[in-house]
Amino acid sequence: MADIFHGAAWLQYALGGVTIGAIYALVALGYNIIYNVTEIINFAQGEFVMLGGLFGVFYYQTCGLPLGAAVLCAVATVGLTGLLLERYVIRRARHATVLSMIIVTIAFSILLKGGAMLAWGKDPYRLPAFSRSGAFLWQGVAVQPQALWVLGISAVVVGVLTVFFRTSFYGKAMLACADNAEAARLVGIPVRTMVLLSFGLSAAVGAVAGAAICPITLMEYDRGALLGLKGFGAAVLGGLGQFYGALVAGIVLGLAESLCAGYVSSGYKDAVALVLLMLALFFKPEGLFGSKEAAGLKRF
Amino acid sequence: MKGKHRWVVSVVGLVAALSWALGIFHPVGAKAGKEPYKVGAVFAITGTASFLGEPEKKTAEMIAEEINAQGGIDGHPLQLIIYDDESDATKSTLAVKKLIKTDQVPVIIGPTQSDASLAVAPIAEEAQVPLISCAASYKIVEPVSERRWVFKVAGSDKHVVGKMYDYMKAKGITKIGIMTASTGFGASGREELLRLAAEYGITVLADERYGPKDTDLTAQLTKMREAKVEAIVNWSVGPTQVLAVKGWRDLKMDNIPLFQSHGFGNRKNIELAGGAAEGVLLPLARVNVGPLLPDTQPQKKVIMAYTQAYEKKYNEPVSSFGGHAWDSLHLAVAALKAVGPNPAKIRDFLENTKGFVGQHGIFNFSPQDHNGLSKDDLEMVVVKNGDWALAPW
Amino acid sequence: MTHREKASFIALTVFLAVFPWIAGMSRSFGHYIDVMIFAGIFCLVTLGLSLLMGFAGQISLAQAAFFGIGAYGSGILTGHFHWNPWAALLASAGAAAAVAWIVGVPALRLKGHYLAMATLGFGVIVHIVMNEEVDWTGGPSGLGGIPGMSCAGRKISGDAAWFYLVWAFVLAAFLFSRHVLHSRIGRALRAIHDDEKAAEAMGVPVSILKVQVFVYSAVLASVGGSLYAHYVSFLSPGSFDLMWSVRFVLMVVVGGMQSLWGALVGTVLLTFIGNEWLQVFADFEILVYGGILLVMALFVPQGLVVWLDALVRSKARPVSTPSDNGS
Repeated sequence: MADIFHGAAWLQYALGGVTIGAIYALVALGYNIIYNVTEIINFAQGEFVMLGGLFGVFYYQTCGLPLGAAVLCAVATVGLTGLLLERYVIRRARHATVLSMIIVTIAFSILLKGGAMLAWGKDPYRLPAFSRSGAFLWQGVAVQPQALWVLGISAVVVGVLTVFFRTSFYGKAMLACADNAEAARLVGIPVRTMVLLSFGLSAAVGAVAGAAICPITLMEYDRGALLGLKGFGAAVLGGLGQFYGALVAGIVLGLAESLCAGYVSSGYKDAVALVLLMLALFFKPEGLFGSKEAAGLKRF
Repeated sequence: MKGKHRWVVSVVGLVAALSWALGIFHPVGAKAGKEPYKVGAVFAITGTASFLGEPEKKTAEMIAEEINAQGGIDGHPLQLIIYDDESDATKSTLAVKKLIKTDQVPVIIGPTQSDASLAVAPIAEEAQVPLISCAASYKIVEPVSERRWVFKVAGSDKHVVGKMYDYMKAKGITKIGIMTASTGFGASGREELLRLAAEYGITVLADERYGPKDTDLTAQLTKMREAKVEAIVNWSVGPTQVLAVKGWRDLKMDNIPLFQSHGFGNRKNIELAGGAAEGVLLPLARVNVGPLLPDTQPQKKVIMAYTQAYEKKYNEPVSSFGGHAWDSLHLAVAALKAVGPNPAKIRDFLENTKGFVGQHGIFNFSPQDHNGLSKDDLEMVVVKNGDWALAPW
Repeated sequence: MTHREKASFIALTVFLAVFPWIAGMSRSFGHYIDVMIFAGIFCLVTLGLSLLMGFAGQISLAQAAFFGIGAYGSGILTGHFHWNPWAALLASAGAAAAVAWIVGVPALRLKGHYLAMATLGFGVIVHIVMNEEVDWTGGPSGLGGIPGMSCAGRKISGDAAWFYLVWAFVLAAFLFSRHVLHSRIGRALRAIHDDEKAAEAMGVPVSILKVQVFVYSAVLASVGGSLYAHYVSFLSPGSFDLMWSVRFVLMVVVGGMQSLWGALVGTVLLTFIGNEWLQVFADFEILVYGGILLVMALFVPQGLVVWLDALVRSKARPVSTPSDNGS
């Protein structure tokens, strides 16, 4: 029985897949937060992940902060960027068409990418692993401690967010804004502030993902686009707005990708996530965990 | 809002007009006296290949400055006209056309990348202007009958692979696994690795590919392990090179020798790998390891001169890519010095150049060989104590 | 056509007819012919896109993929299989139409952000296929040796000939698109754009029309791609990636989504800015593109052409003030 585990290739692929899947899940969470409050899809979500990693490097290498503080500062900085995005860009376009909104967030993502390129250049950067950087062998496959960090952090973030949105006052207020902004305003919920907070929170979550994955995969200025796209795939697959759905879908996506690379074709790996995304959009847009009725009520 | 609209568009219009004006009036570098000799250059200064094009641009500018400080080419100032093709083959086409039509240069160096070079080669042929490419694909200079006006100064991948296979043969390695990036660079390397394997008695047991932006190579590395290979060859540039090294170390596969392509030849990669790169082997152009070369090595002098000047001016280590720019520009300058700004004569001069000592080797051009290099122009290098060392055979 | 539009069109045709001759005279501007050839090819891509975005109200981030299907289709059929270039052009357009239909039918049932992401995903998948299918497309190393085209027995070579060929296509596409817009289909499209549910209630076959426009834009892009392949004679997947799709969207947004003239103006303007006038700012190109896109989307969402048009019209109309003495 132990033999099918020990040193098995599939286990190695699975571990890699679950690790990257956790990142997709975190990115998907970012989409979900903004979507839950505003029904907007933020195309710049991937860039927040990229900035999380690069700012982490900045605070750690250039400013010399200890690793933990550097990560926290990076998350805070990127969260601030999210706030700025909402306050000065999204808010202005709130009453524009959906098309304009899409273009606006795409434009902002391009700006972030361009800014990152100017600030950090085109080289990849690395953060040291959060704990002992050596990989250890388990059942014959190599496990990186950082992967465990990634999984742990993702689980914690998901748990915290679920609790926040379900039980806390602010969380429930945010959800109310998505359901019916007018009604929310009428009962005294500061809708604008909630929207602002949602962007900041979403950016922060993205940054956490970026900083967590940076020790394993390195980070450079143009990583954002593909990560964002796959994260969106996880979000749709899990049902837009469903946090647990995002977690499961992200991991499923990561596993599918990694197993495809292992057993089918490593070159087409990226296509896996995208094909799954398109299948989901075409045949089950409410996702695995969403409800059709609720999806139908959404603005678009 | 109307006022704001008008203001916004006026600013945009002003910027466009300004750029247009700046674009028309090319800076004319001619001083009073002898007519300047023009050399056109197309580099990928921005875009995905900027890590190749930037050192090339810096090197070219440094050399132009040096030459002009020493009085130019027989008194003619050297006017280097550099265009950025932004790693985009469409823009390379436009840049080369512009150099030929508008700037009327007698010789062009670059482009940086193979696909751009392949796109512009027919243009140079048709316009009959010699082009010295800094890219590696052998298709740039073959078939020779269609490439009379095109040269290249970068060693072909077949030389790199040949050197690697020579070393493997010497170490008794016969079964290998290869992993390559699905980029022009990776695809070209893969082609040569597969094509030349039989010649050296090597069998390729695993042939894996991955995207240039992939974040995780454990799947590909695991497949290598499954195939029980005696050595692994990774062929890519960019962060995936470092990921391959880290993955190789993390998966505890470092008992299997890991070979990298010459694309790994940048100290930054060793740093980014954070110590995981110890023992990695690669064939490298001598320009990267100047201080390690014995004094009897004929290239040492020019390499050391370039290394010292570049590192002093730009505060970053030299690289193979800058070396290509050095080679191509110095070749162009040598031609200009010998025959003046006549495209046809420059072409003939280049084709018959022999024994030119450059950063990447000693060039011996001929009508059948517009590359002029061989696998002996490379050194087998190993990473030791966080730096390069010559690999023991 | 309105009188003004007719005059504009004739002016454009005359300008295009003499442009190579004028530009050829000047050393500084001679190069502009080459830029205009590329601009013309891109116009074919954006004309269809402007119909899709401006009039059908759908976004497509996959135009570069259809551009690529036309380019690689022509390249492979003429290079590997030695087809006649014109036949290859038609076949590639047909392939693009088929693909657009297959993707469009499920995709265009989606709305807004979902559709954008679906087209984005599709575009990236096509790009991956271009990279991976090395035996067909040459993969990342590219596809070379694509033969040129000939028209009525004479080979198309030289920049002037290509200029006329490309812009002839553009003018034809422009006229045809205009014809469509002013027909019943065009009115139906406008109805969809204004309010889809109302249009549906009125009996407009919304889904079918959307798919038709999508297919039309794909076909035009494919034709542009075929011309591109024969002009440049070498293709690499890097010319058909996501960034290019975004650039095409940018061209339409800048020029104006609700105006075919807008597509032309935006495309030519951005092609020149990107290749000629912003050489000085090469490092900042990404930032500038993003900035322009953001500014346009926020402040001038109707695009430059419509905006300028409105500006000109408001100036032309005399505003009577109380102090006017009876006129």
